[in-house]
Amino acid sequence: MTHEEFIQLGEEQRKKNEQYKHSIDVCVAAACVSMQSDKIKKSIEDEVKKKELGTSCRIRGVGCMGLCAEGPLINIDNGKSLYCNVKEEDAQEIVSAIDKEPVERLKLSADVPFFNRQLKIALEDSCNVDTESLDDYLAQDGYEALFDVLTKMSPGEALQEVVKSGLRGRGGGGYPTGLKWSTVQIAVTDKKYVICNADEGDPGAFMDRAMLESNPHKILEGMAIAGYVVGADQGYIYIRAEYPLAIKRLRNAIKQAERKNLLGNNILGTPFNFGIEIRLGAGAFVCGEETALIASIEGQRGSPRPRPPYPAESGLWEESTLINNVETFANIVPIMKKGGEWFASIGTEKSKGTKVFALAGSIKNTGLIEVPMGISLRDVVFDIGGGILEGRKFKAVQTGGPSGGCIPESHLDMPIDYESLITIGSMMGSGGMIVIDDSSCMVDVAKFFMDFCQSESCGKCVPCRVGTAQMHTILEKITNGSAGMHDFQLLEELCDIVKNTSLCGLGQSAANPILSTIKFFREEYLSHIHDKHCPAGVCKIKKEEEVIS
Amino acid sequence: MSKVRIKTLKIDDRDVGAREDQTILEVARDNGIHIPTLCQLDGLTNLGGCRLCLVEIKGSNKLLPSCVTAVEEGMEVSTNTERLQKHRRSIVELFFTERNHVCAVCVSNNNCELQNLAKQVGMTHVHFPYMYPALSVDATHDRFALDHNRCVLCTRCVRVCDEIEGAHTLDVRGRGIEAYIITDLEQVWGESETCTSCGKCVNVCPTGALFEKNKSVAEMKKQTKFLPYLTMMRGARR
Ligand SMILES: Cc1cc2nc3c(=O)[nH]c(=O)nc-3n(C[C@H](O)[C@H](O)[C@H](O)COP(=O)(O)O)c2cc1C
Ligand code: SF4
Ligand code: FES
Repeated sequence: MTHEEFIQLGEEQRKKNEQYKHSIDVCVAAACVSMQSDKIKKSIEDEVKKKELGTSCRIRGVGCMGLCAEGPLINIDNGKSLYCNVKEEDAQEIVSAIDKEPVERLKLSADVPFFNRQLKIALEDSCNVDTESLDDYLAQDGYEALFDVLTKMSPGEALQEVVKSGLRGRGGGGYPTGLKWSTVQIAVTDKKYVICNADEGDPGAFMDRAMLESNPHKILEGMAIAGYVVGADQGYIYIRAEYPLAIKRLRNAIKQAERKNLLGNNILGTPFNFGIEIRLGAGAFVCGEETALIASIEGQRGSPRPRPPYPAESGLWEESTLINNVETFANIVPIMKKGGEWFASIGTEKSKGTKVFALAGSIKNTGLIEVPMGISLRDVVFDIGGGILEGRKFKAVQTGGPSGGCIPESHLDMPIDYESLITIGSMMGSGGMIVIDDSSCMVDVAKFFMDFCQSESCGKCVPCRVGTAQMHTILEKITNGSAGMHDFQLLEELCDIVKNTSLCGLGQSAANPILSTIKFFREEYLSHIHDKHCPAGVCKIKKEEEVIS
Repeated sequence: MSKVRIKTLKIDDRDVGAREDQTILEVARDNGIHIPTLCQLDGLTNLGGCRLCLVEIKGSNKLLPSCVTAVEEGMEVSTNTERLQKHRRSIVELFFTERNHVCAVCVSNNNCELQNLAKQVGMTHVHFPYMYPALSVDATHDRFALDHNRCVLCTRCVRVCDEIEGAHTLDVRGRGIEAYIITDLEQVWGESETCTSCGKCVNVCPTGALFEKNKSVAEMKKQTKFLPYLTMMRGARR
């Protein structure tokens, strides 16, 4: 496809879109589909056909709108009215109302903090583009950034935009993306690879899944730009097999892009070649660790290996490899379109741009949000999140999944950025955010995460393999009331060993949920140990008399 | 011959020279400085799994496994600080708690690397709780047996079988504390179609987990010196 044809395609689609008087956008990301939104879409289509509105109504299946708790969601005429909790039988009423007053009973106000305090960059357009249509993506300047980079910029110039943006890896560690790309760019190997890490193993996290289901082309475009910058001609997306919808849409998107020569050889008439293949993971948490992921793609057991050498130096098949998270790639197209400086103007001094979080737990507005870095945790939980569930009291917010920690009320005004979160013993992680209320026991929370770590440990290194199992046993003892202070001291000692001597990030951060709950909720541990009493009433502690009788 | 650069560094306050492709462990050994190891074995690829060879490097808070960390110019390495001694002792203890190591009835008693390590790191008792898992013994092979109770999952046997013998009969199955050594696709050893009965795995095993049948308590002595020789001869043939 030449550039003219490419521009023309977008034009045509835009014109087609303008012919329609109305648009009905039904969310078809996993959360809404699980509430039958695909069937609702079908009913609306039938209804539109019946009423012969086919020429004036455009119906699309679009990506995640964020407020998953109120799904299925439908957006009429680009935000004119937003319907929530829609059922199949509402289709007729919705279509009938299209030229009249909206259906009050289903209406959700868009002018609430949940929507107007967010800032969407990675998720921009994700609820505004047909999840299965390349043409629709092209109508919104899709692949324009790739074309501009290929024709107007040298790899070095494109790299400079990423460096200037200050973007840091969204997979958890927060490593500067520009620096990583430059390392792969200067590496000298026969071949180079780009890998998109879509393993997303944190319990409760679904940011990457939503991005891939909503706007797969944006990720493909970001990867292709990365390929051009670092000099790679092959990309892999490593995604867990538990994400069938995301896989289906990715496969579809790759095929579409190949057909239109947006992937493959001589992309858009330039000398640049880049292909993308999908590799399915079996869902082991440790396979999200980059060296384990690479081993898994190579067909070996998914165990991490010591670094250095880092993948940038010796990665897939021992060639220089760039590996980034889905959300990192999702930020590339906006950075190329609007410039690195624009991106760097958002956020804090050291954490630029926005971050996507999956809000879950005891919070009103569970769902997917994107907020500028530096916003306070309090604003996220109480303003955007709508606060704690009725009748409950806030206790802590957990970030960073099994590698992160629990943050208490006293630290809620802290800004969300990589450094602040680490300072208080948690971590940005990939974006899971679980709100915990006073009905939860913090020792039990720590035990949940330790159970996860010990069963997901790969078993290669001793401190993590045996240490996490030992820690889990001690937490088990504390929660059933059979532990003494001696066990508590052993627990603290094990935290220190596992953290400092484990091979990979899983073991090195496995103690964080324990350390942070000991730091902020020590009295709960002591209450279990001394008074044989669980303050939240969660742990079943047998009283001594019962044991005897 | 390609040129190899020489680096100078300090190990335990001693100035030493090294080839740039050497690991800290190799250089330490060349200079008579002892660092405890378990999963590492000359002639096999390095794993970095047992974490006993961790060392401190000035300017970094992170402990690094010396068996896989390459030397760098000006590096200042400490191999035996108090912090390292404490961690090493704990790691050896964790090994003992993980499975059922009963020296008094073991074929390798007095010829066991785990036992030697316990002495080296000054382990007087185990202060973490024992886990006492229920594990089996595979004695179906004609000449050898595998006692999972004594296995430390160093994977030396897996590596020697794959890298030296080329049979890849042995492998690891499962994750975390549930991981264990299997033969072929988890058939019993005696029914393995790939095993050549070469016995290399038995000889590289640091404990009494892999042993020759008809050996009684303390009678099993292992011989690992054949490995570097085999690797060297292969290199020459290539
Ligand atoms: C145990 C473990 C699990 C991980 N899981 C993921 C994951 O699911 N997705 C991800 O993007 N990164 C994950 N990472 C981080 C990756 O190793 C790697 O740093 C990341 O993909 C780099 O991309 P980024 O620079 O864009 O963040 C994990 C790391 C560890 C130690
Ligand atoms: S820290 Fe845990 S997951 Fe990582 S290599 Fe060691 S055993 Fe495997
Ligand atoms: S000898 Fe280095 S980690 Fe085992």
